[in-house]
Amino acid sequence: MSANNLKSMKSPKKLSTYLGWAFAVAGVLILLVAPTILTQYYVYLLATVFTTALLASSLNLVLGNGGLLHLHHGVFFGVGAYTVAIVMTKTSWPFAVAILLAPMVASLIALVIGWFCVRLRGLYFGMLTLALGQLVWAIVYRWNALTNGDNGIHAIPVPESLSSINSVYYTTLLVLIISLIILYMITKSPFGITLLATRDNPVRSESIGINVKSHRLIAFVIAGFFAGIAGVLFVLVERSVAPSLLFWNKSAEILIMCLMGGLTVFMGPTLGAGILVLLSMIVGLYTEYWLLVLGLLLLILVLFLPQGILGYLMESYDKRRSMRGEN
Amino acid sequence: MLQVKQLKKAFDGFQAIADANLSVPKGEVVAVIGPNGAGKSTLFNLITGHLQADSGHIQFQSQEITNLPPYKICHKGMARSFQLINIFSSLTVFENVQTSVLAQQRLDRNFFTPSRRLLIDETLEVLEIFGLLELKDRPCKSLSYGDQKVLEIAIALGSKPKLLLLDEPTAGMSSEETRKIVTLIKKLSQEKGLTILITEHDMELVFDVAQKIMVLHQGTTIAQGLPEDIRNDKSVQNAYLGEAG
Repeated sequence: MSANNLKSMKSPKKLSTYLGWAFAVAGVLILLVAPTILTQYYVYLLATVFTTALLASSLNLVLGNGGLLHLHHGVFFGVGAYTVAIVMTKTSWPFAVAILLAPMVASLIALVIGWFCVRLRGLYFGMLTLALGQLVWAIVYRWNALTNGDNGIHAIPVPESLSSINSVYYTTLLVLIISLIILYMITKSPFGITLLATRDNPVRSESIGINVKSHRLIAFVIAGFFAGIAGVLFVLVERSVAPSLLFWNKSAEILIMCLMGGLTVFMGPTLGAGILVLLSMIVGLYTEYWLLVLGLLLLILVLFLPQGILGYLMESYDKRRSMRGEN
Repeated sequence: MLQVKQLKKAFDGFQAIADANLSVPKGEVVAVIGPNGAGKSTLFNLITGHLQADSGHIQFQSQEITNLPPYKICHKGMARSFQLINIFSSLTVFENVQTSVLAQQRLDRNFFTPSRRLLIDETLEVLEIFGLLELKDRPCKSLSYGDQKVLEIAIALGSKPKLLLLDEPTAGMSSEETRKIVTLIKKLSQEKGLTILITEHDMELVFDVAQKIMVLHQGTTIAQGLPEDIRNDKSVQNAYLGEAG
């Protein structure tokens, strides 16, 4: 077969790709006008959703695409937030330094923790992320001089231009969109496909020339970097940090968000973050037992929707199309 | 091209490989045969770095590769297929081979070029050799067992190897599928000039494709030579008959 014939074998773009982009553009347009309609409280809530969505999406690079049982991603989020808090309250460095430093410190911690963890597999990998993450939490909790211990750091100064909730809203939205685009590009890049391969079959990956451990470590560090950015957004929204940010139950919540939206769909964790943040607010109006509701949700999820909400929708969409005999 | 000398490997006191010796000349098809449990797969796993040898040497293109990690050995020009199907289950047929081509070209750390634009022709070329073009956009899970076995070998060829190791490429296949594999092996050897090392139960196939045969019995190389010499070798006959009796 000639080269020309081979070229004609290239796959056409799927309709679902265009549909996905249409949904994304429509969603962004709605979010752009939302603050003009909503009350301040809901604007604040949406900014929290954006922050959490970035955090969950960064976790999913390792969890969904890498297939690694990363149980303590909240640590990198917390480290990012604390970096901003400490720079802004303990030094006279400008804000720009704080927001640049935060993702870098977060990815450095990810490099150290990941370096140990990628040597292990499956549940052992997970247990080590948990153990080393709790170690970081303990340091933050105990190092009074630097972190104020269990009091946390409050009233963190931010630039004048970021003082109104609307400007915070648009900043978090913009950062979320840019970060999601970069993360999406990474998942579609050779690095991303190779990451899927190491998830599906690490043994085979090694034998086609992939250094699985270092590939996983790089994914881990990238995830830590974006969690650090989410940490910066958290400080913009809340203006305060506390050690509970780095406690393991926060990480469990992020994990559930990914599961809820769907690990195999790029926007899954974003959807999961939206649902869980809004739901915890609504449940919070009626009862203090949010964790009980969360537990029940998790039960329903793993029993009836193991592929997640968006994962389920995509699956049934594909099924209906193939039944109609389309591509 | 490949030299294995006095290789030893034990699992919990069981000597799986006691004294394996093998020499694979460039451009030839060499077969490793032996009764079940003779250590053929273990030998393969030692050569490709999936297992660590206790002692002995493995040299590839005059370089010592004993106990190197598999990914380094692959980059030196040695690729393998597995006895059990070992593919990337969530990827399409195309992506399965493309991943291998990407890794071979050391593009697996490229972050920002969409992979659907990279090494398309190289990947399609491999798929064409294996007759997988029609199936290329199918999820590989949906393929028949026989086609998955073919894909298994196609992934290995994506690494553009100089030496290709095939671990029981026809295990569990119908006779028609087996014939297809035989044609493929001959094509790879004659047209692509590949050096091939193969283990196989099917003696008809072995004597059909191999220019040289090594016999492994209880982890020890008991004979190595031309197919007709092996056929007439007393110790080989004893090894096989001993098992049958």
